[in-house]
Amino acid sequence: MTGAGIDARAASETLAEGLSRTMLLFIEELRTVGVPVSVAEALDALRAVQIVDLEDRNAFKAALGATLVKNVSHWAAFETAFDVFFSLAPGESVGGGEPEQDLPPELRIPPAGQGAAGGGGDVEDLVESLLRALQDYDDARLRALARMAVSEFAGMEPGRPVGGTYYLYRTLRGVELEALLERILQHARDGVVDRTGASPTPLEERLLREEIEARMERFKDEVKAEIRRRLVDDRGAEALAKTLRKPLLEEVDFMHATSVEMRELRRAVAPLARRLAARLARRRRHRRRGRLDVRRTMRESLSSGGVPLEPRFKHPNPTKPEIMLLCDISGSVASFARFTLQFVYAMSMQFSKVRAFVFIDDIDEVTEYFDTDDLGKALLDINQHAKVVWIDGHSDYGHALVRFNESWGRDVSAKTSILVTGDARNNYHASEAEVLADLGRTARHVYWLNPEPLSYWDTGDSVMSEYGAHCDGVHEVRNLRQLEEFIETLLEAH
Amino acid sequence: MDIDPIWEDVTAVAHRLRATGYVPSDHIVNVAFLADRLGKPVLCEGPAGVGKTELAKAIAEASGRRLIRLQCYEGLDEAKALYEWNYKKQLLRIQADQAEAHDWYEIEDSIFSEPFLLTRPLLEAIRSPEPVVLLVDEVDRVEIETEALLLEVLSDFQVSIPELGTIQAKSRPTVLLTSNNTRELSEALKRRCLYLFVDYPDIEREQEIIRSRVPDATEHLADQVSRIVRSIRSIDLKKPPSISEAIDWARTLMLLGVRDVDADTAKATLNVLLKYQTDIEKATKELDTSA
Repeated sequence: MTGAGIDARAASETLAEGLSRTMLLFIEELRTVGVPVSVAEALDALRAVQIVDLEDRNAFKAALGATLVKNVSHWAAFETAFDVFFSLAPGESVGGGEPEQDLPPELRIPPAGQGAAGGGGDVEDLVESLLRALQDYDDARLRALARMAVSEFAGMEPGRPVGGTYYLYRTLRGVELEALLERILQHARDGVVDRTGASPTPLEERLLREEIEARMERFKDEVKAEIRRRLVDDRGAEALAKTLRKPLLEEVDFMHATSVEMRELRRAVAPLARRLAARLARRRRHRRRGRLDVRRTMRESLSSGGVPLEPRFKHPNPTKPEIMLLCDISGSVASFARFTLQFVYAMSMQFSKVRAFVFIDDIDEVTEYFDTDDLGKALLDINQHAKVVWIDGHSDYGHALVRFNESWGRDVSAKTSILVTGDARNNYHASEAEVLADLGRTARHVYWLNPEPLSYWDTGDSVMSEYGAHCDGVHEVRNLRQLEEFIETLLEAH
Repeated sequence: MDIDPIWEDVTAVAHRLRATGYVPSDHIVNVAFLADRLGKPVLCEGPAGVGKTELAKAIAEASGRRLIRLQCYEGLDEAKALYEWNYKKQLLRIQADQAEAHDWYEIEDSIFSEPFLLTRPLLEAIRSPEPVVLLVDEVDRVEIETEALLLEVLSDFQVSIPELGTIQAKSRPTVLLTSNNTRELSEALKRRCLYLFVDYPDIEREQEIIRSRVPDATEHLADQVSRIVRSIRSIDLKKPPSISEAIDWARTLMLLGVRDVDADTAKATLNVLLKYQTDIEKATKELDTSA
């Protein structure tokens, strides 16, 4: 028999060991999804968790977040991994435990198995309680209800290889969240009528709806967390983390982005372009070329008694390239065209002139639509008004090039860089590559951006190399990072 | 040099920051506490006007330490950030000494000594006998090469001056760096810092901020202001309204004697919140629709 003190110490040692082992696995997972964590940062994290109160989940998360994640775009990946690896860890217990003890008896989690077997009355109770919790801002109750809702509706079975979104969908359908929204909204509207004697104004209505939606979002988060917790229980953290891995935003493939990713990508373009512009401007200014500025050097020398201690230089103004953008907007590559247009227009200060053309099997100029600040509107107008279909609305690069050369070919000058975007899948039409060669002889540069993986080029109806032979560069551009790299080299080369 | 912690525990951070009128989120409190205990600088990123600089001021006030601020800008160099030799004074000294025909080595020793050193914010923070709060504001504005200047100060709390040797910090300063994320900072800099992303606040915190900064505002007005501001932030705008603009708006409404914000008042005063004409037009249109 060992003394109680030694037991306790041994226990705390194994606890600490367990924690640092989990943390190392967690850090490994972060590196796998592309968050760079250096050894120094990992050590910082290990030191940090010794300082914070491990019972406080938020403090623990802050400690890991502040030491391991140094870029806000990596935060989402961090949160997912954190939820998976530390869902059971510090402070929070799954099923049972203290949080429920101060809740009324009807909200306590029923023993396992009983929930699913419960009759219709239970479901109504649950929905009513949820309604009340949402109205009263009762977070503790909301959490307990999220657990109940998952037991009741998600129908989780151990070992089934379905993802969390499936269970989330089933749970939310079970409680009929949309209908609840309308009911709470109606209740809130009645409240306004009671108070003021008039129905809410559009502004009030808008604010009410947003408030309720925000609360529903909180409930959804609780449900997601609960599902994740149970999945970890079932499959283990590492296995689950593997199924939840998502590429970082800048590496999401344009061609296979989900609608949520699309929205995030669209939002990411403007800041990215701004950063790139700032970087280029800075680099340009610091290229130490330029003639001696005699006047400024003399002026500066007066403060050192006429001794020119620091020479000053005149920096030449860089010439800005003129861009003609030819985008294939047929179905398969439309989203890619969209990002290229958005990016180039976000960078338009860097170019002396940008002209945009869109084509499918016919081509039309769309420069004028971009005279607005609102890019969404411009793209909508293009979809509605641009004449891009000639015969059948299948990409015909050859015909589009011929038509471009006829109508706008004379506008191409030695200052112009031509950018063509598309997959070069020509539906077995004539490539008319010699038109591109003609244009290339006048233009300063011709570049081709292809959103398909390099290995697909020249397979099937792709005639990439026929065009590529007449281009100054053909680039595989499948994600935001590659697009940024291309634009940077384009501006640098100039 | 020893670490001299500011805060007794986490709750003290929240409590004392609040006492200065700064309303921190849980996350800010936790990171501030951690930074103090680990003795590491904090890199604050986030949109403009969410109170990054204010946080440094609040920490200085709450701890009773002096705030030394280094405002970064393009072209900031060693001479403006670290130290500079006062060469005019040196020239004078040389001329004065020549009259008395001193040995050159003696002159050299004397003109490269502390009386000829002009300290700039970084050196000042290091040399201060009592601990200070050092704020390196908008660090993303300096060139990537200049960033390297900060590294020695941030990780070892020392400055090397070739003529004088290495100057060690007498006390460890609390360091905050802010960045508006106009460019990616170098890995080396990020590695030395704790990272704190400050975002727009949630509705409860924004209300509290407005109440603390505009004490005359009623709870009702603060509630309305924060809700409408949240609503406007959800619109796709060039520049969403910041906390400081929300505070300005609440002040404006107070001055105008508004007790209850309706759509027309909101639209008439939107120019306080939004600074682009297109944004104002867009928001005006949106505020008239219910969802």
